[in-house]
Amino acid sequence: MNLMTDTKLQQALETSVDDKTDELIKMQGRKVTVHYGYKQALFDIDLDIRENQVTALIGPSGCGKSTFLRCLNRMNDTIAGAKVGGMITLDSENIYDPRIDVVELRARVGMVFQKPNPFPKSIFENVAYGPRIHGLARNKADLQAIVESSLKKAALWNEVKDRIHEPGTGLSGGQQQRLCIARAIAVSPEVILMDEPCSALDPIATAKVEELIDELKQNYTIVIVTHSMQQAARVSQRTAMFHLGYLVEEGPTEKMFTNPDDKRTQDYITGRFG
Amino acid sequence: MPMIYYVILVISIGIVALVIARRRAALQIQGAVKQHSRPHYHGWWAFLLATVPAILLIIVWSIGSSIYVERRIDAQLPQQAADGPIASRSLALSLVGRLADALHRLDAETLANLPSSFEELRPKLAEKGVALAPDTQDYMIPIAVEANRTGDALQMTGGVLALLLSIAGAAYGIRSIQPRARARNNVERVVRWGLLASSMIAILTTIGIVLSMLFETFYFFSSVSPLDFFFGTVWDPRFAAAGATDSVGQFGLIPLLAGTLYIAFIALLVAVPIGLMSAVYMAEYASPHVRSIVKPALELLAGIPTIVYGIFALVTLGPFLRDLSAALTGGSPFIQAQSIFTAGFVMGIMLIPVVSSLSDDIITAVPRALRDGSLGLGATRSETIKRVVLPAALPGIVGAILLTASRAIGETMIVVLAAGVAARLTLNPFEAMTTITVKIVNQLTGDLEFNSPQTLVAFALGITLFAVTLLMNIVALYIVRKYREQYE
Ligand SMILES: Nc1ncnc2c1ncn2[C@@H]1O[C@H](COP(=O)(O)OP(=O)(O)OP(=O)(O)O)[C@@H](O)[C@H]1O
Ligand SMILES: [Mg+2]
Repeated sequence: MNLMTDTKLQQALETSVDDKTDELIKMQGRKVTVHYGYKQALFDIDLDIRENQVTALIGPSGCGKSTFLRCLNRMNDTIAGAKVGGMITLDSENIYDPRIDVVELRARVGMVFQKPNPFPKSIFENVAYGPRIHGLARNKADLQAIVESSLKKAALWNEVKDRIHEPGTGLSGGQQQRLCIARAIAVSPEVILMDEPCSALDPIATAKVEELIDELKQNYTIVIVTHSMQQAARVSQRTAMFHLGYLVEEGPTEKMFTNPDDKRTQDYITGRFG
Repeated sequence: MPMIYYVILVISIGIVALVIARRRAALQIQGAVKQHSRPHYHGWWAFLLATVPAILLIIVWSIGSSIYVERRIDAQLPQQAADGPIASRSLALSLVGRLADALHRLDAETLANLPSSFEELRPKLAEKGVALAPDTQDYMIPIAVEANRTGDALQMTGGVLALLLSIAGAAYGIRSIQPRARARNNVERVVRWGLLASSMIAILTTIGIVLSMLFETFYFFSSVSPLDFFFGTVWDPRFAAAGATDSVGQFGLIPLLAGTLYIAFIALLVAVPIGLMSAVYMAEYASPHVRSIVKPALELLAGIPTIVYGIFALVTLGPFLRDLSAALTGGSPFIQAQSIFTAGFVMGIMLIPVVSSLSDDIITAVPRALRDGSLGLGATRSETIKRVVLPAALPGIVGAILLTASRAIGETMIVVLAAGVAARLTLNPFEAMTTITVKIVNQLTGDLEFNSPQTLVAFALGITLFAVTLLMNIVALYIVRKYREQYE
């Protein structure tokens, strides 16, 4: 991984912070490139993630949305042959700095995957997993409180409070996904990354998760990958359009959907390609 | 003429039928109607019609006629044979049988003026390289001659019938060739039945083996009570000297079973942790490059014949441990050269690749999504393995361990060489103990009679072993399958 530390980059970083004084930049990508082996999947991505907002990543399949998302909490480290270049910061701190502990980073930047992946454990144990490994609870009551509040924030508590010790895999798909969100919330991250969190869900479950995302943005910064234009329009404040590994454009969702600068964005949003 | 020649003839007829039928079918293609089957299907159908029924007839006829001939011999044996110098009638039967076989080798001239006494006949047979037991009696010669004559006549009849059947089949196959004849479907059907028959062979053989063992076991239980066998704590079968059947020993299974389980336990104690850890390393940590070297190397370990491990234990490890223990105490060794520990340890080494390759499969089958989920929450690799991967793989691993345990219980060569033959009950792992498999080998080697309890006990031991390992395999397969469903 080659870290870019030249002054130009630093300057670019600072100016963009000055740009919008009312919205804090939580994470920032500068000239992010990703190679899988010899194949380059991302080309010089510059993208800001704003605090307490929902940023949607859209674009045709294979354009690198998941790849970029995984860069944000270094999940690409787990893929053999993946190489990340450029710079990504979290609160102005480069997350690819060797001094950064990945474990700590992932506790601050949580992730929810495309397919619900509850552990084959009880609902309680699923949520308690993160707090346990990070030692967030001082005692049993503490842990129970964390689990309960996480499940409540994930809007799942009422449905599962009577069977909290039954296996998490026994829930419905939508419930499982909310369980995974609760699991991510339980380690109190600052940023939550979601990779097509609703693609395995039916419309009702989707609506519930979307509602949840809307509420969560008060306390968390959210980045969501989605293939549904309606979903992007409904839940996000900012949208970034990817195409063939490049960032086409990025801006307020409203503008992106009504008056995009780039023709490719317009075509994609109106369903002319994808 | 032996039956095999008839078989060859039948196949030749079949080949001729194949060629003719194919050509005939090919000629018909010129006709206006579209053929249902391609010509070679007609050829093969004619071949099958010509050969299969005829060969089946030959097989059945051969079995039937040899049974018939044996009955004839039995009927002709004089009554005194039963209480003459030869102990059993079955022995007389087999002597006549062997004599009849031997007579087949003589040329026609010698046969025509056969001497009536065995003393004179013996050198002539010896000339042809046939040695017969001296117990053969004079009265057996005419019986054998008669048996040969009957047998030959029967063979001849059967062979000719088979040839006729073959020709009829060929003719029918060739004559029934028509453009719309469904030769392809017929051939397919035969192929299917043939494949089915092949797969039945393994099953039927297993059933046959189990039944014959059961039969011998019941025979054994007629002289030793099952209670004494299954719950007896003393193994002392005495020697099965011929004729000395009155000295029935004690056949207690418990010391053998205890030894078997003890050694298997030690082996698992070695194999399971090491095998499991190497599986975790290969599945979770090793780079593809390392994996491509380590995995085949481990599997190579599984390819070493167990007798080699046995030799290693007997010649190298056993004496080494004994000398080591002698050096430690400064005199008397507390580890015997043949011991439970030595056998178990070496068997454990042998089982490492079994555990590791089974568990490796199971661990890699745990979906990547679960690992990602855990890593994405900030868990380290080892936390992920300990808290997510291994618990998810646990049922499968338990199944793998059970499969390994049944291997350990059935293992023979290592324990024969390294565990010793002393059947006793001890808890000290540094002493010798013995196993069921060792005793089966012991009871069946050497000069022995096959109807004394001393040898029959081997069948009872064998079926016990079979039952134990079968049970473990069933449970293991059940668990493994159940676990598979979890992810599908
Ligand atoms: N583990 C990997 N190894 C090699 N190449 C990969 C890997 N993951 C992704 N790629 C490649 O990188 C490019 C971007 O993939 P990515 O998964 O980021 O796309 P995406 O935008 O998320 O697509 P989708 O909408 O279908 O999920 C694709 O060309 C893909 O083939
Ligand atoms: Mg994707």
